[in-house]
Amino acid sequence: MGSTLAEKLWRSHVVRQVEGEPDLLYIDLHLVHEVTSPQAFEGLKVAGRPVRRPDLTLATEDHNVPTTLGPVLDPVSRTQLEALKANCAEHGIVHHERGTLGQGIVHVIGPELGLTQPGMTIVCGDSHTSTHGAFGSLGMGIGTSEVEHVLATQTLPLAPFRTMAVTVEGTLQPGVSPKDIILAVINRIGTGGGQGYVLEYRGSAIRSLSMEGRMTICNMSIEAGARAGMVAPDETTFAYVQGRPYAPQGEQWDEAVAAWRELRTDDDAVFDAEVFIDADTLTPFVTWGTNPGQSVPLGGSVPDPEDFGDEGDKGAAQRALEYMDLQPGTPMREVAVDAVFLGSCTNGRIEDLRVAADLLRGRRIAEGLRMLVVPGSHAVRLQAEEEGLDRMFLDAGAEWRLAGCSMCLGMNPDSLSPQERCASTSNRNFEGRQGARSRTHLVSPAVAAATAVRGTLSSPADLAAAPVLEEVR
Amino acid sequence: MEAFSTHTGIGVPLRRSNIDTDQIIPASYLKRVSRTGFEDGLFARWREDPSFVLNDTSYAGGSVLVAGPDFGTGSSREHAVWALMQYGFHVVIASRFGDIFRGNSGKQGLLCAQAAQDDVELIWKYLESTPGGTVTVDLEHRQVTAGDIVCTFQVDDYTAWRLLNGLDDISLTLQHADDITAYEARRPAYKPSIVAP
Repeated sequence: MGSTLAEKLWRSHVVRQVEGEPDLLYIDLHLVHEVTSPQAFEGLKVAGRPVRRPDLTLATEDHNVPTTLGPVLDPVSRTQLEALKANCAEHGIVHHERGTLGQGIVHVIGPELGLTQPGMTIVCGDSHTSTHGAFGSLGMGIGTSEVEHVLATQTLPLAPFRTMAVTVEGTLQPGVSPKDIILAVINRIGTGGGQGYVLEYRGSAIRSLSMEGRMTICNMSIEAGARAGMVAPDETTFAYVQGRPYAPQGEQWDEAVAAWRELRTDDDAVFDAEVFIDADTLTPFVTWGTNPGQSVPLGGSVPDPEDFGDEGDKGAAQRALEYMDLQPGTPMREVAVDAVFLGSCTNGRIEDLRVAADLLRGRRIAEGLRMLVVPGSHAVRLQAEEEGLDRMFLDAGAEWRLAGCSMCLGMNPDSLSPQERCASTSNRNFEGRQGARSRTHLVSPAVAAATAVRGTLSSPADLAAAPVLEEVR
Repeated sequence: MEAFSTHTGIGVPLRRSNIDTDQIIPASYLKRVSRTGFEDGLFARWREDPSFVLNDTSYAGGSVLVAGPDFGTGSSREHAVWALMQYGFHVVIASRFGDIFRGNSGKQGLLCAQAAQDDVELIWKYLESTPGGTVTVDLEHRQVTAGDIVCTFQVDDYTAWRLLNGLDDISLTLQHADDITAYEARRPAYKPSIVAP
């Protein structure tokens, strides 16, 4: 019997394998940020241990940083940023600070620098490390104790996983995006459905996606509880990596590509579980509740908790509707929002900004609504400005910000006020995620832009009724 | 890490499913650079509600949290484990756990005891009808006792062994430094390494 991609990747990184113990796996790249690392560095100091491979470790600042110019005003955030800087200096780790070219959200800068390559094991003290699986690598989110473990040993003891094939066949309709695919997957298998699994996204709809689209999908694997998500590398992957600062060059490039071509699931391999999604019939998805599995097609309505068979689901739905202040039966398109957030490690890449800018071109966002556009990295910001996207956002009435995690999580100055409702391209609609008592609807960049124009949850198709202004800059 | 064998303490019934780590400790409480002082952030938003179980004095001093399925999903923040332990919890009983949370717990000595949902329901009923009732969790025999209820729970063998012996992962791994060095010698040369610009 053949092997799955995940199994091949795992095997090629085993440092030590002993019956009754977890396999010890080598880690090719360790990404570090300010929030989950200080206690790990403190642990090294207490034990008198060095960082084994500073050359396989890269740090940046993303969670805490303000996305406007000026100093970091919050003293506690500043302490955390200063701690990271000092720790990196002490251990010889390259650190991309705020305001420098390489800075951005960890999961945006890894791929953009060409550090994320097929066949690698990549970890970070952040659950969205699954993003890197888009390149056919094994990207796993870890906790702070594991961050310390990787710093000290460049390895991790890992329990075995099961494999799940998520096959998406067909062609996405206009206005339907990779975000809608992953929201549909999570809706199907549930927030715990992927627990213990590595998901491999396959099928014609996945193959036809750009790397940005694949990253959006792999990014949210964790929202289905999965340990990782991945897509086998192909020509699209190689073309994306080639020429980037850390991509192999010359003969090493040829050698690497030859090895990467082997990174695919064998035809006779067997997955532990399989899920099929029909891309042809997918429509934009939007969440109504307080976990990413509580979603419906945008054309649907707020569900009635009484319709849930499972008592636990019913209770969760009741609680979610109370928190979200929604009534069963309300069409999702009638839900009005106060804010729109475009950004995050899920949807803060150049392609996401292009889709939204294109819809906003010559239009204005709704009266009284606030829209934050936050590029995922400094490099994305510069690219967008070169393409003139910043003007489209600003002319539409949106705010054009500096790179960071921003309003995805309420730990920097960008957060919602209590009871404020936001259409967000981020990954989590948990209670209070975007600020205490805030309300989040997860959407794609296209739905975010259309919603910003109409003021209620909307798809790009709804914009036919909101004609482009005559004066287009 | 302290060794864990058997723990007996007041059980706290938390009848909610999908308790993500943003609920266990909101992001605004994650800014400390030390490992201590996170107990104030535990369930901070929910504790604003006077009817929340942790505000019920009959469960004061509780050390065994009994929660709904999919406890600890979402963000990888280990601060969630620190907050639970620093508040006084030694064990969380639930029918399903988020993988990263479960891993983090095992590193710190917080036991994630995976019990059948039917048993969780029975323990909830017992604790709600007997506020302040205790729960005993025996790791060696993988058994939970609460009043007349006796049930088993699951935990993976390796984590159980480490918890029972209070072993630190890093020192265990460093015993195999030679294996790591040997692996490094056979890594392909095309793999990236980071150099200061």
